[in-house]
Amino acid sequence: MKKNTNYPTIGVLGLQGDFQEHIEILTKLQIPYIKVTSSEDLDKINGLIIPGGESTTIIKLLKTNNIFKKLKKKIQLGLPTWGTCAGAIVLAKKVTGLKLETLKILEIDVARNAYGRQKESFSADVSIPKLNKNRFPGIFIRAPKINKISSKIKPIAKLKNGEIVGIEEKNIIVTTFHPELTQDDSLHKYFLKKISH
Amino acid sequence: MAGKTKKNSKNVKVDQHKLNIGLAQMLKGGVIMDVVTPDQAKLAEDAGACSVMALERVPSDIRAAGGVARMSHVKLIESICKAVSIPVMAKVRIGHFVEAQILESIGVDYIDESEVLTPADEQFHIQKNNFKTPFVCGARNLGEAVRRIHEGAAMIRTKGEAGTGDIVEAVRHMRTINEEIISLNKMSAVKLNKKAKEMRVPIAILKDIRKNKKLPVVNFAAGGIATPADAALMMQLGSEGVFVGSGIFKSSEQYREQLTLAKSIVKAVTNYDKPDILRNVSSKITSTMKGQSADSLVNNEKLSMRGN
Repeated sequence: MKKNTNYPTIGVLGLQGDFQEHIEILTKLQIPYIKVTSSEDLDKINGLIIPGGESTTIIKLLKTNNIFKKLKKKIQLGLPTWGTCAGAIVLAKKVTGLKLETLKILEIDVARNAYGRQKESFSADVSIPKLNKNRFPGIFIRAPKINKISSKIKPIAKLKNGEIVGIEEKNIIVTTFHPELTQDDSLHKYFLKKISH
Repeated sequence: MAGKTKKNSKNVKVDQHKLNIGLAQMLKGGVIMDVVTPDQAKLAEDAGACSVMALERVPSDIRAAGGVARMSHVKLIESICKAVSIPVMAKVRIGHFVEAQILESIGVDYIDESEVLTPADEQFHIQKNNFKTPFVCGARNLGEAVRRIHEGAAMIRTKGEAGTGDIVEAVRHMRTINEEIISLNKMSAVKLNKKAKEMRVPIAILKDIRKNKKLPVVNFAAGGIATPADAALMMQLGSEGVFVGSGIFKSSEQYREQLTLAKSIVKAVTNYDKPDILRNVSSKITSTMKGQSADSLVNNEKLSMRGN
């Protein structure tokens, strides 16, 4: 297989959480990546993945590592960005159950830990029509719930009961589940298509 | 039909275990802080802790108080669960599966079957596979780690020597586990089989570890971490996150100093390989835990000697 040496570089926000799992998938797909931990790192990337983790911790570290403002600007200017689970919270405009200020970029209302504590974590089939998938393995760990989305935003992933668990708006994708914990890399490939050469 | 039901229930268990390992994966690169009151839990959350460990006393006080250390009071754990939105862990005595049942009923997110409390069973650890709630367990070496994983632990931490503020044991345990993992590589099939017997574990787990060059669950450092530099040291040695026990709230009586230290440790774990940032966060520290050298303890005072 030929190496994608000319491929744009993907940043994986590496402040806290399961960024290594995303990195392993990018490595397998032979996509150049860097771990983003400073504002300078943001200048080297063409797309960003915000991983799962503890959203309060990630938001605080965005601030103490001086990434917050620049990141917000970059995403608003069109940086392709994908947030998984905690990443969804970081990007949302309104979050129930969080006292911290998020990036406030996406017109969605999200409730943290909406399904309950760890005992209520679950796995379920997710349907993603764009990928022609009815049974994407959805892993929901103390997951947030998307309660409301603006009319401009397209749902891309749903549970059997119709609950929205993934959305897309322009340069941004959000999933409340963790594709990085599965063997299925189709959502990673889908995100990579958003990034221009 | 009966066969089918059995298969399904096995799948449910496998799924749950994956979800439980998954929560530990979400904690990676983070700091889990011991707290004894809802206010301390809030301080930890404000400092950026990814989880808190709800306790009645921090290990250094347990050490000083002597007597029998048990699971914390139910109401205390409940009040800490209510105070914060990050995951809450709590400790049970080694082998005390009823304390674990109670914690599961409370709804804590992780159970630490911990040598810091007085062991309840000298022979058996808890059969952790019987629970829906995930467990973290301490280990001094690979054999202990794998035995705990085989019993169902979804996360491992070094035992270190809790309550001392002395990092030496945590370093020893992390190095030992790493070296033992590397040494699996050179073993012939016969030797690996012998090793599995020696460790009293199924050979399949050892084969899996040999192939992936790491434990099948997340591995944190614990026991004696008192400064941002200690935390970064453990990260550079390959740990995937850290527990801080007595280190924060035994450093000072002052809220502000405690918060500064807690924040500094959180930032140090993220930036563990950046000396300039480590210097910067270390310069903000005005007070650290006095501690007690692990070397000065006789064997029966060492909490890490409990459980095997």
